[in-house]
Amino acid sequence: MKRLLTALAMTTALTVPGLAMARQVTLTANMANYGGNNAFVVVYLTNAQGKYAKTLWMAGGRAKYYRHLSDWYRATGGNTAEISGITGASVGSGRELKVTVDLADTLFDAGYQLHIDSAVEDMRESPSEITVPLTAAGAGKPVRGQRYIANFQYKM
Amino acid sequence: MLRFVHRWPGLVAAILVICMSLSGAALSVFPALESLSTPAQTDSTLDVGTVAARIQAAQPAVSEIRVSPAGRVTAFWFDTNNQSQASVIDPATGKAVANAETPAAERWLKNLHRSLFLGENGRIVTAVGALLMLVLSVSGLFLVARRTGGWKRFFSPLRGASSARVHVELARVSVAGLLLSSLTALWMTASTFGILPESADGPAMPAVTSGRTGYGLDQMPTLSKLPIDALRDLTFPAQGDVNDVYTLKTTQGTGYIDQGNGKLLAWSDASIWDSIGDTVMMLHTGRGAALLGLILGLMSLAVPALAVTGAIQWWASLKARPRIRGNASAGRAGTVILVGSEGGATWGFAATLHAAVAKTGEHVHVAPMSAFEPQRYSAAKRIIVMAATYGDGDAPASARNFLSRLATNRPLRTIPVSVLGFGDRSFPHFCGFAQDVDAELEKAGWAKLLPLETVDRQSPQDFARWGRALGEKIGIPLDLHHATVVPQLTGLTLISRRDFGAAVQAPAAILRFALPRTTLWQRLTGDAPRFSAGDLIGIVPHGSNTPRFYSLASSSRDGFVEICVRKHPGGLCSSRLVDLMPGDKIHVFFRPNPDFRPAKNRKPVVLIGAGTGIGPLAGFVRANDTKRPMHLFFGARHPSSDVFYAPEIDRWLNEGKLTSIETAFSRTAARSYVQDAVRRDGQRLAGLIASGAQIMVCGGADMAAGVKAALGDILAPMNLTTAKLKAEGRYAEDVY
Repeated sequence: MKRLLTALAMTTALTVPGLAMARQVTLTANMANYGGNNAFVVVYLTNAQGKYAKTLWMAGGRAKYYRHLSDWYRATGGNTAEISGITGASVGSGRELKVTVDLADTLFDAGYQLHIDSAVEDMRESPSEITVPLTAAGAGKPVRGQRYIANFQYKM
Repeated sequence: MLRFVHRWPGLVAAILVICMSLSGAALSVFPALESLSTPAQTDSTLDVGTVAARIQAAQPAVSEIRVSPAGRVTAFWFDTNNQSQASVIDPATGKAVANAETPAAERWLKNLHRSLFLGENGRIVTAVGALLMLVLSVSGLFLVARRTGGWKRFFSPLRGASSARVHVELARVSVAGLLLSSLTALWMTASTFGILPESADGPAMPAVTSGRTGYGLDQMPTLSKLPIDALRDLTFPAQGDVNDVYTLKTTQGTGYIDQGNGKLLAWSDASIWDSIGDTVMMLHTGRGAALLGLILGLMSLAVPALAVTGAIQWWASLKARPRIRGNASAGRAGTVILVGSEGGATWGFAATLHAAVAKTGEHVHVAPMSAFEPQRYSAAKRIIVMAATYGDGDAPASARNFLSRLATNRPLRTIPVSVLGFGDRSFPHFCGFAQDVDAELEKAGWAKLLPLETVDRQSPQDFARWGRALGEKIGIPLDLHHATVVPQLTGLTLISRRDFGAAVQAPAAILRFALPRTTLWQRLTGDAPRFSAGDLIGIVPHGSNTPRFYSLASSSRDGFVEICVRKHPGGLCSSRLVDLMPGDKIHVFFRPNPDFRPAKNRKPVVLIGAGTGIGPLAGFVRANDTKRPMHLFFGARHPSSDVFYAPEIDRWLNEGKLTSIETAFSRTAARSYVQDAVRRDGQRLAGLIASGAQIMVCGGADMAAGVKAALGDILAPMNLTTAKLKAEGRYAEDVY
């Protein structure tokens, strides 16, 4: 089985050169001490025209609450196919969310923006709490959030 | 093992329900605080457009406005560091007046209340708690209706043991709130877990907007027509995004407004599920209905007290009757045994009969007479009623309401009934209640299996004889060997004695025993004897299986056990008692006598007693710390011989615990009995009775009959009888 996987990986690497140009990016969000329940957090990209491109990570398991991530929900209609396989647990007050995703090189310095929506039960929703251009130069530079996220950065 | 499995989930449920009710009661205060701190709205015609424009004027970076169901307006904006801020707004000025943060205490309590800090699984646990609360409330409603004798009498006054009464009183005033809270809690949980239909998504985002910005909020027709109270949320378009719109949520639905021309671009009405959900939320939390919330909170405070009094009753009923192994359900049983017992002895006989009949392979159901439900006895071939008698012919504790239930149910003509009475021939109304039951059954048209039989003083021989007759009748050989179950005995050591009556050849004594030592465990579980004056101690003399009972002249709070005993010629028990010397020990059991106690009110009490019958009456006076009026009529033989409690009576008169005393002496020249003293003072007594006095009589049967006759004459002109007073709980006898 393992050998088969390795073989597959080799073939895709050879036949789809685009994949070989992807890089691992670590997204780190430190939550503020907002004092409520765990926060639902979604990280997604919009393209140069400001249109939704793809979701990178959804922290929070219950689809019923996704409507409160209102910008993301408006763009995707809450379609759970968008987050299939990239869903994790919601994030507690004062905790850290850290995920690693593969991003194609072509997404960098091409007008893409990284958005984060967050929401907490019984508290206010915070759409596009963070909006930051996806650039090679911006990597490793922390950005402040507006409500639930103290700061955020992406690192290659 | 089985009991363990049964008890612990019950206890956990009690703790869970108590925890939720207390946190709920605490939370109920916050909506009231919120409505107190909400700026008073002087202008009820304020519209959203005007208020929003005022807020925007005061805080240009405003991004969202919310209105709570209670009418509190909150505005959100981003400060110069792009941090989200929130404030409570006075709609009259649009200016911030208070911090909008939810108090940390409220957040903490809310998390405890809805999930016990256990996250998603905690919500399921609390939902189970709400379901238990619902089950307890509904079953409790039916139990109260049954106890009070029907739904129409649901709120009628109660009598009986105090923990049971407190339980029902609390339940009656709080059950409505508990039902509402648990039902709404279950609805909210169902909604959280997506069991109920999802609410509507709102209209689709408009594809085309005017592309302009800056249209005045107070110019937008949708907003100026909307009263501020109907608003739930107004989210402003993102700064610098010309294609973004105002998102409007009201109690009626959701829509979008163009920021360039103020037009309503899209709208969808709230679904019926949203409206129900909002109402349920309001009813449960009190948000928008603060007074209701406070009332619900108060009602839920009854839950801990209900849990404790319920547990006490459960524990007491466990201890009061013997465990009947393999008791069949009412619907399956071929033989139904109904027990009317005051102290528990008759249950022992019922258990013996149950075991003997069950051994032949038949299903047998044993229940208290008060649970008489003939419509459930679908498999019954016979009904056996085992009835003791309380006082002079009254129903014993476990047979309350039997006669009224008998009157309201149609007879089962194919199922014959047999009545067995238990009693003591030395009492005037021997098996009086059993006779009443037998006669009423016949009158109602029930068939008779055997004529009424009686068992005197728990005689095993009488019982075995009846068993043989029953066995012949139903074709089962029945050999009933009944060994009397002696209740748990407590050892008492005599600490002092005072002697009386030697001069009149009737030796008597006031005997004072030390309270038995109890362990902490006994005190916690209620196994330590707790008694009041007027309760009884039972002593089983050697060579007899019938206990003798003596009325207590002290309560456990006095710190000693005191009785007043006269030596009867040939009396096994009384001679042994009167011969006791300090340091000697006897073994007794305690039995409550709740019907012979001063009622809990401030009305006068008339105490009438002769001879050693003064014992419990003296106990009542001793405990009269509130100094309510107490009048004593006391009959003795001779002033120099048997005036029990003479020094104490003087002291109680001085202290105000005793208001007056009248005496009568039978061995003096006057030859006067206590009933004569009662007649002499008839006018004063009539006045006391008219003012609501309670009369308590203690002594021998002859004296009690004489007093009853004298009182009857005094009451007649007032159109009253002792029976009427008794029905009101104002006439009580302890007769031996």
